[in-house]
Amino acid sequence: MDSTGLTASPLPHSAPPAMPRLAGDLAIWIFILAELLAFGVFFAAYAFTRANNIELFNAEQAALNRNAGALNTVLLLTASYFVVRAVQAAELRASQSCARWLLAATACGAGFLVVKSFEYAAAFEHDISLSSSPFHMFYLSLTFFHFMHVILGMVILTAMWNGARTGRYGPDDMNGLESGAAYWHMVDLVWLVLFPLVYVIH
Amino acid sequence: MQYKSQAVAKPYFIAAIGLFVGQILFGLIMGLQYVVGDFLFPEIPFNIARMVHTNLLIVWLLFGFMGAAYYMIPEEAETELFSPKLALTLFWIFLVAGALTIVGYLALPYATLAKLTGNDILETMGREFLEQPLITKVGIVIVALGFLFNITMTMLKGRKTSISMVLLVGLWGLAIFFLFSFYNPHNLVKDKFYWWWVVHLWVEGVWELILGALLAFVLIKVTGVDREVIEKWLYVIITLALVTGLIGTGHHYYWIGTPEYWQWWGSIFSALEPLPFFAMTVFAFNMVNRRRREHPNKAAVLWALGTGVMAFLGAGVWGFLHTLAPVNYYTHGSQITAAHGHMAFYGAYVMVVLTIISYAMPILRGRAANPEKAQVLEMWSFWLMTIAMVFITLFLTAAGILQVWLQRVSDTPMSFMATQDQISLFFWMREWAGVVFLIGLIVYLVSFFVKGDTRSASAS
Repeated sequence: MDSTGLTASPLPHSAPPAMPRLAGDLAIWIFILAELLAFGVFFAAYAFTRANNIELFNAEQAALNRNAGALNTVLLLTASYFVVRAVQAAELRASQSCARWLLAATACGAGFLVVKSFEYAAAFEHDISLSSSPFHMFYLSLTFFHFMHVILGMVILTAMWNGARTGRYGPDDMNGLESGAAYWHMVDLVWLVLFPLVYVIH
Repeated sequence: MQYKSQAVAKPYFIAAIGLFVGQILFGLIMGLQYVVGDFLFPEIPFNIARMVHTNLLIVWLLFGFMGAAYYMIPEEAETELFSPKLALTLFWIFLVAGALTIVGYLALPYATLAKLTGNDILETMGREFLEQPLITKVGIVIVALGFLFNITMTMLKGRKTSISMVLLVGLWGLAIFFLFSFYNPHNLVKDKFYWWWVVHLWVEGVWELILGALLAFVLIKVTGVDREVIEKWLYVIITLALVTGLIGTGHHYYWIGTPEYWQWWGSIFSALEPLPFFAMTVFAFNMVNRRRREHPNKAAVLWALGTGVMAFLGAGVWGFLHTLAPVNYYTHGSQITAAHGHMAFYGAYVMVVLTIISYAMPILRGRAANPEKAQVLEMWSFWLMTIAMVFITLFLTAAGILQVWLQRVSDTPMSFMATQDQISLFFWMREWAGVVFLIGLIVYLVSFFVKGDTRSASAS
């Protein structure tokens, strides 16, 4: 870790080589943990409410478009794979290749937003709103909160794409790229819990 | 001091401290009125004392924020203030308008004040914390715009740092959200809904940006830790503060007629509001532990560390106590709210303003730090006021728990006034803690007049 990281005390410069290295900045990990906590609390609230309304939740869950959800899962997983390739490319000093992988990941993110928008449009046609039922409240809140995170993740990916094009990242400077990549993986991870929880498990 | 124009901060700080004294005196008056109902009646009725107590708090904190900005922005931008003359003019306008408003509260019946000040042109008065007459509200907007113009122009012509950006966004947000005080729809639900856009989005939104910026500035100065490290923390803190604080507004929307989903949104997001305050505490201690220099101003370091801890306890922990909808169903508007309000305002905003005053005032008076004796007194005042506030909070919390139990949870609930009688012991203890707070404040004032050996300002 670099000496300007957020550790309680600066690490000695001659750290033993076997010491595990934190990928990305400690600050982004604190942020990621806070994000996971927020989603975690939301998931717990969902589970708690569902336990009291199992039949309603099962019936309304069955009306969701699982194919769209599955397609979005594939898109996010693919985006995460592309981000991994981008990090690997940067480690090999292949800046242009890194930029291309990041662009591909951003495109997958955009695909996610498009699919989700169609889902929302269909939901609103059926008069589904935050007040129409407890399940709809959670479905809309959770997916929209995640939707906003995908947008933020894409903003970060775009900023990194811009950085990669100008050759900012390399084996000596992976901090920014790894931090952004960690954030994107978090967005993906949350969806991997959200999708089965809200769309599938009954 | 590095730039001559930073000196305009001095009258702002002095006025802030003066109004702080007034706020505490009125706090003691109304604290006594809780147990001796007709104390000073009819000269100063309870509702007037309360209005003066809360309005003075807000006004002196605004003086503190403006003073802080006038001190910080030239140093951050590495250039003189755009217009020191404008800053001084606005100071006098704000002080006179504020003083006249308080005199109006005390000398006139509120309805007469409303009639005299044109409330019938645009009805904005009569709402908690936004009691100011229309002309005062317009005056606040004019002063705020002039102030923002001045510091924004200063920043535009100089160096743009993350700290000054965060401070500026916070101050602009403060001014913009205040505009909702002019919007007073007849629909009570809407009225309350937007009322919180001033009250909540100030203290749990944009003010947190100001708090973060002030703390970061002082920590850079007293610890000598790299700016990049401190700025990184600042970004994490303000992002957490904004995400939890903005949606956390929902914790005021449980019972005012808004849709039910606010109970979930408000509970979940506001339950996370302690996070930025926790991060702030870790941040402050971390930076002080990694300090690269021993700054001679020990008192300022103490205030900075105290801000983190007390803001976390008062705003974070005491806020969390009653923020979840099922809990708030019982505790809403009880003495638990008062307990939270006291420690949160003291821990977050009073202490951060005292932090910047503690750091900047000696420099404004031509020395890096106050003489040792003065600092010792100032640190005594820190402990007296802080411990007194802890006790005020604990007594009010006890009063609140008993109140909720007797008045709301019980199978045979008591009336409001009968309950107040039952909890009077705690109100007495709170009043005595308030007296200790006043003693602490007097010690604080005395510390400004203690003389002794000082090192020159160039040492900073």
